[in-house]
Amino acid sequence: MTTTLHDPTRPATRATTYREALREAHRDAMQRDDRVFLMGEDVGRYGGSYAVSLGLLEEFGEERVRDTPLSESGFTGAGIGAALGGLRPIVEIMTVNFSLLALDQILNNAATLRHMSGGQVSVPLVIRMTTGGGRQLAAQHSRSLEAYYAHIPGITVLAPATLEDARGMLWPALQDPDPVVIFEHGTLYNLAGELPEEPEPVDIAHAAVRRAGTDVTLIGYGGTVWRALAAADDLAGRGIEAEVLDLRVLRPLDDEAVLGSVARTHRAVVVDEGWRSVGIAAEVSARIAEGALYELDAPVERVCGVEVPVPYPKHLEDAALPQVADVVAAARRAVGDYA
Amino acid sequence: MPSLGADMTEGTVLEWLVAPGDVVHRGDIVAVVDTTKSAVEVECFDDGVVASLDVDPGTKVPVGTVLAHLTDADGGTAVAGPPAAPDTHAGDAAEPDAAAAPAPAAPPTATRLPHRGGPGRISPLARRLADELGVDLATVHGTGLHGVIRAEDVRAAAASTPATGAASPPVAGHDAPARALDMRRSIAALMTRSNTEIPHYHLALTVDLHRTLEWVRERNLELSLAERLVPAACLLRATALAAREVPELNGHWVEDAFRPAEHVDLGLILSLRSGGLLVPAIAGAEELDAVAMMTRVRDLTRRARGGRLRGSDLDPPSLTVSNLGDQGVESVAGVIYPPQVALVGFGAVSERPWAVDGMLGVRPLVTVTLAADHRATDGAIGSRFLKALDRALQDPASTMEQKER
Amino acid sequence: MTPDQARAVLQEAIGHVVPGADLGPLPDDADLRDAFELDSLDFVEVVEQLSGIVGFRIEDHEAESLRTVERATRFLTARAPA
Repeated sequence: MTTTLHDPTRPATRATTYREALREAHRDAMQRDDRVFLMGEDVGRYGGSYAVSLGLLEEFGEERVRDTPLSESGFTGAGIGAALGGLRPIVEIMTVNFSLLALDQILNNAATLRHMSGGQVSVPLVIRMTTGGGRQLAAQHSRSLEAYYAHIPGITVLAPATLEDARGMLWPALQDPDPVVIFEHGTLYNLAGELPEEPEPVDIAHAAVRRAGTDVTLIGYGGTVWRALAAADDLAGRGIEAEVLDLRVLRPLDDEAVLGSVARTHRAVVVDEGWRSVGIAAEVSARIAEGALYELDAPVERVCGVEVPVPYPKHLEDAALPQVADVVAAARRAVGDYA
Repeated sequence: MPSLGADMTEGTVLEWLVAPGDVVHRGDIVAVVDTTKSAVEVECFDDGVVASLDVDPGTKVPVGTVLAHLTDADGGTAVAGPPAAPDTHAGDAAEPDAAAAPAPAAPPTATRLPHRGGPGRISPLARRLADELGVDLATVHGTGLHGVIRAEDVRAAAASTPATGAASPPVAGHDAPARALDMRRSIAALMTRSNTEIPHYHLALTVDLHRTLEWVRERNLELSLAERLVPAACLLRATALAAREVPELNGHWVEDAFRPAEHVDLGLILSLRSGGLLVPAIAGAEELDAVAMMTRVRDLTRRARGGRLRGSDLDPPSLTVSNLGDQGVESVAGVIYPPQVALVGFGAVSERPWAVDGMLGVRPLVTVTLAADHRATDGAIGSRFLKALDRALQDPASTMEQKER
Repeated sequence: MTPDQARAVLQEAIGHVVPGADLGPLPDDADLRDAFELDSLDFVEVVEQLSGIVGFRIEDHEAESLRTVERATRFLTARAPA
């Protein structure tokens, strides 16, 4: 898998991966601001469960790259305390599955303290975690629970899908005075591609059109952006021009981008690895119904994770998660291509 | 290449620590591999003698690639090794790009609600458009699922209302440059797919049209003005007959196999004055004699150029014809429309020297070409097709008039 | 039919097939099929339209006489006396 979002007008580029882009973002943030530090399970000596922080301990020392016990609630709470105390902590939680142990800290403290203190304190905390399936890690390591966090007022939820966003989202997240949760899809760490020598800043407020089209909008985020792009390639061969919208920000949702795209194409397919009921896709669909009903020429289609624990065997896991063929089929239904 | 971590899809062999002929045991370190995370030592999972090292140092290969072969210590059969890590399935390893692999068919009803389509249902956009364009929805024919009225049905109704037989501008509401760009992109995608996927072979045959043109001339004296024939109608008729006679070229290549089509649905490449092209189909062309074919071609061309094609006009053809003769070129080396397996091209009809009965004469000739998919057929079948087409054009009195069967 | 009338009739017939077509700036000896990118089907339709307007049948072999503005005008004035 390589990124196709190359712009030939850009200056010199270099080959990198999603993982390296994240590591660079950490290094850059820690060099720019002494208050920034990283903490989490195995982030130091082991270099991170997904090797994102490999080498950072050696470079920045134990004060700023801190291994923690296996205690999500404890170290997330410590992160909140550090943020209240004036630092800029990055807390890495191994996967979203284990983040539920820290959900109380995130919901009841991080997201709420500004309100409870009458605006006296804020929690400038960044929490990163891996999400998603497709790697045969079985149910307890494969969930997509982004919706749990996108439900919470008081925090920002990001889903970088590209190298540019992997490299660029961390710094603006650290500038946010309130908590920001960043979801990294597990299948993206090896994503290879080019980045400019001088990375360009990205915003953490807007969705992005990754491919322009006229017939149907495929809406995805994180890992599903690439499946939507692959589906769009397939659809182009059938004469269907699909627009691919990368949500990038799951909370607050960029309504203008979603409704604007649907107003152009009049059909929408939402692709979401999370379960279909009460999820991100449900929210996006509802907003389209609220804001663009009279633009719709077909019912909104949702391609979501099947409502089961993600299975371990590959063929069952594939069947449980949205695949390119499922997106193609949904888009063809939406445009009325029933052949 | 073993999977050295759940998210590893490929690895680079940095160094071999064994050479062919070495005796190795389960657990020995045999190679060093670079994952994108770090350099990792690879253990051998079997006892044996190294027979060959199959991946050179510095080469990046997907997980599941055979790195080396081992022979049993007693000289038995070679086995691939080192095998992938025990917790990795072979099927998994063979598909590094698992995300792009088609999913097994999941029951669609389990993941979506049924659409409540049906006659009388109207999409919200269609309703709004009807209001804006002043179209009476009661008069609109719905072409969506189970008869749902969609925006394109309303646009079609709006476009057909003021029709006077003259061509109307192409589809209102879309600006022409954007439309042309869209069309260019679709053509680009489809033709790229064709030239990437289909191994084409090309055949050509020069055909004497003397008899056919004579027949057209005589026939036109009897026909009403509105029915008058052009030679292209006879070329299409002959193509349909040949496709019936050689069904191996009439159909689609789907899932690595040829599926013959039940009827001859002839795709007709029409270039548009605004640029680009459309390929509407003449369904059931094998049942049409030359006059009926002419009527269909005339209707189709008018609708296509008027931007008012019907959905049924755009049903997928089983065989496509490119007639560039009017542009004056001699022959067409066609590009097949996937998933079809052939494209028939006609060049210009022009008077050229030709040997007839041992004498040199001047005859109206046309070069007929066939571009065909070598996966589906070989040249012998293509040749049979062109000869059948030629035969049909040499006996117009019997082939152009009567319907087959 | 005067040459001017013949020209007007020709303009009308071609206008049916090629909306917006204008004979005005065309040299008298220009090939109509090339000038308006008429394929054989279009040309048959021009002939059909023309037949309808002038009220007599124009046969295939006569259609050759309609290839340029000059020849068409001559043909129409000769065949359709005022």
